[in-house]
Amino acid sequence: MTNLLNAVLVLLLVMNLAALGTSRILAVTHIVAAQGVLLGLIPLLVHEHLSITVALTVIAAVFIKAVVIPAIIIRALRDAQIKREVQPLIGLLPSIILGAIATAFALLFAGQLPLAEDHEGTLIVPTAISTVFVGFIFLVTRYKAISQVIGYLILENGIFIFGMLLIEAMPLVVELGVLLDLFVGIFVACIIINHINQAFSSMDTRKLVSLKE
Amino acid sequence: MILAAIAVLGLSGLPACVFSSRRAAGQRLTTLLMLLGSGLGLSGVVMSLNESATASLSAAWFLPWGRFAVSIDSLSALFLLPVFVVPALGSIYGLGYWKQSEHPTNGRRLGLFYGLLAGAMALVTISRDGVLFLIAWEVMAIAAYFAATAEDDNPEVRRAGWVYLIATHVGTLCLIAMFALWNRATGSFALSSAQSLSSELAGALFILAVIGFGFKAGLMPLHVWLPGAHANAPSHVSAVMSGVMLKMGVYGIVRMTALLPAPDMWWGGVLLAVGAVTGIAGIAFAIGQHDLKRLLAYSSIENIGIIAMGLGLALLGRTQNRPDWVLLGLGGALLHVWNHSLFKSLLFFNAGAIIHAVHTRDINRLGGLARHMPLVMGLFVVGAVAICALPPLNGFASEWLLYVGLFRTLGSDVQSGCPAAALATVALAMIGAMAVACFVKLLSAVFLGSPRHPLPRHLHPASTSMMVPMLILAGGCGVIGLFPMLATGLLEKAVGVWISLPVAEDSMMAAAPLNWITMLGLVLIILVGLITLIMRFLPMAKVVREVGTWDCGYSRPTARIQYTGSSLGQMLVRLFGFFLWPKTEGPQLQGVFSGTTQFKSLVPDTVLDRLVVPVFNLAGRYLPWLRIMQQGQTHLYVLYIVVIVIILMIWGACGN
Repeated sequence: MTNLLNAVLVLLLVMNLAALGTSRILAVTHIVAAQGVLLGLIPLLVHEHLSITVALTVIAAVFIKAVVIPAIIIRALRDAQIKREVQPLIGLLPSIILGAIATAFALLFAGQLPLAEDHEGTLIVPTAISTVFVGFIFLVTRYKAISQVIGYLILENGIFIFGMLLIEAMPLVVELGVLLDLFVGIFVACIIINHINQAFSSMDTRKLVSLKE
Repeated sequence: MILAAIAVLGLSGLPACVFSSRRAAGQRLTTLLMLLGSGLGLSGVVMSLNESATASLSAAWFLPWGRFAVSIDSLSALFLLPVFVVPALGSIYGLGYWKQSEHPTNGRRLGLFYGLLAGAMALVTISRDGVLFLIAWEVMAIAAYFAATAEDDNPEVRRAGWVYLIATHVGTLCLIAMFALWNRATGSFALSSAQSLSSELAGALFILAVIGFGFKAGLMPLHVWLPGAHANAPSHVSAVMSGVMLKMGVYGIVRMTALLPAPDMWWGGVLLAVGAVTGIAGIAFAIGQHDLKRLLAYSSIENIGIIAMGLGLALLGRTQNRPDWVLLGLGGALLHVWNHSLFKSLLFFNAGAIIHAVHTRDINRLGGLARHMPLVMGLFVVGAVAICALPPLNGFASEWLLYVGLFRTLGSDVQSGCPAAALATVALAMIGAMAVACFVKLLSAVFLGSPRHPLPRHLHPASTSMMVPMLILAGGCGVIGLFPMLATGLLEKAVGVWISLPVAEDSMMAAAPLNWITMLGLVLIILVGLITLIMRFLPMAKVVREVGTWDCGYSRPTARIQYTGSSLGQMLVRLFGFFLWPKTEGPQLQGVFSGTTQFKSLVPDTVLDRLVVPVFNLAGRYLPWLRIMQQGQTHLYVLYIVVIVIILMIWGACGN
């Protein structure tokens, strides 16, 4: 079981790096959607017996992360007519290297943490931390508003992986609340992207500086 | 019952808001509600005093911390009395002083926050839970802010309001820190006795309490907000702020020291020293002022200093296990709390009446008011005599207790260093003498002589609704002054709350022979009366020559060559120049007949204008460098978060 779980987690890590190295936003969206599906698998692997709580969480998470949100993003892409991140702050290759460094750091750091025995052998914690970092890298280095939305999504995926450790302790309400937040956040962000596009005739968030007091 | 009173007081201004802004009916209703609330409250206090057990109420509430816990003991009752008396009287006073028809824009707002202020102060004194206390405290501070800045179209008022708001919040910050520490140390926010605290922790709590409550009470380096706010508020609000709200700071210190375990020596020493500095510096600043209400505000600071000295003596007594010191020190301080709320409100009401009549607060423009408002002057004399601690009025009674207590320290063990406390007697005597000088200056400059500037053609006489509260307050001064033993019962009970010492019945009477005060006062009154009669009926005063006051033998004097208030105080201001730092712009006289020149003198507040304001200005100049951080780029903001997270992670990893 643990081997299978670790395999899935490694796949997630690879997807992170792939997302960092892809310039077409549509492709990145597909990668993130696939990540959402994989995320749905993790609870099934972590917990041997399937409770209703876990099942509900899995269904809700997969539905929102892999179907609804990518659909919203793709629609926003079509409305705003953009295809690729033209000018990231640092190039695609450096950002992959940065992501790799972040992953190594996360592995080192997770080794230091006093974890419960159940989670000793798995890669859950390092994957979670490194996914969060990749989300941060996206947020910091990409200028297009839509890329930032994706960065936010990846960040949330990292938090979701972390939440897997606690899924039995955490009430269903909390889990669903987080998903709802994510959904609403991205929904609103995609609407705003349209407005930014109209107001600034560009999607570059650097132009938002002119709103500074 | 008291809770009901608080509710009525707090909401008293609300119904008036629906009335038209120019009609008086709303204001009358507000006053009526204030009176009703105060009456309810007073009867509640009296009832609780008669019951042997302390009434208390504790209920869970909707906030995650603390409880709604209130209780009333004699210490609370003692502070509740002025809370219920002074604001109600001020409300009556306001009917004449701040007529709704003359102040249509802010009259209703003032009524609303005035009532809220009174209610919040009452809640402060009875709350027994840190969170509830802080809420009541903050409501009080904010209500006072809105009440004091009633004339917000005046920039000076706005500035004073800002200073007050900043000062009060810095104080509240200390209180929040104190209650947080309290919660950590005792495990709950409940304000109940915690005798098992270690002395370091208790010392930290004590220091936070003195700073936090000291901002409100106006202890000397923390008094910055006080003169401006008192001077610029409407007079009845100044009366409540000075007479009652400052006492909430004193109450806080008294309450906290009652809950903390037996103090170290330095606690009492600190309070004695701070009190002495506050008293002397306060009255020295008062002498230098030429704004009527600023002067009274500084004199409030002086009185707070006296109260702090009494508290310091009581703390020393607790350390040294000397019940008589505690009794005299704390008893004197608490009695002075009452007395100050009586005579300072009286003086502020008086100042209001003067301002109402002549529309200026500048002492150097006033003069010769004795002929126009003899009754106001009479009441002013009563207040001034009381505040100068002269017999037969109430100021004497409380300071007498302090004097007796401070002299008691002389006989104690020399090794303990306590006799040094007797030095405070010197400070107290100095304060008394300077207070006399200060009020002689005020009285002579305002009421005696002839008017230095032409008075307005039609002087607004003080209306009945303004005179009645003043008469009641003056009566209170007289009663406590002549019969201080009436108060000893309650004072002893309150001291019993503060420290559980075996206090014998009537021990305060035994420690300080208060009967003598009565005797002395009565004899003094009879003597003065007799002398007056003799002067009037003896033939020697029959021939009266009418000349201008202080005309110095000039053939064509003008009223402006009189001694001014500033010149009367000049000697003392020079003496204390090392910390008053008076600013003068003197004329350069050249030749025999020099031209027209001007002389200006001003005593600014040393702490506020020379320390706080420059520091804030520097901060305003250099802190904008930090705005480099604010770029408006969301990427950068996220980067800040990442950097912090990474630093924390590395720190945490290294810690393991």
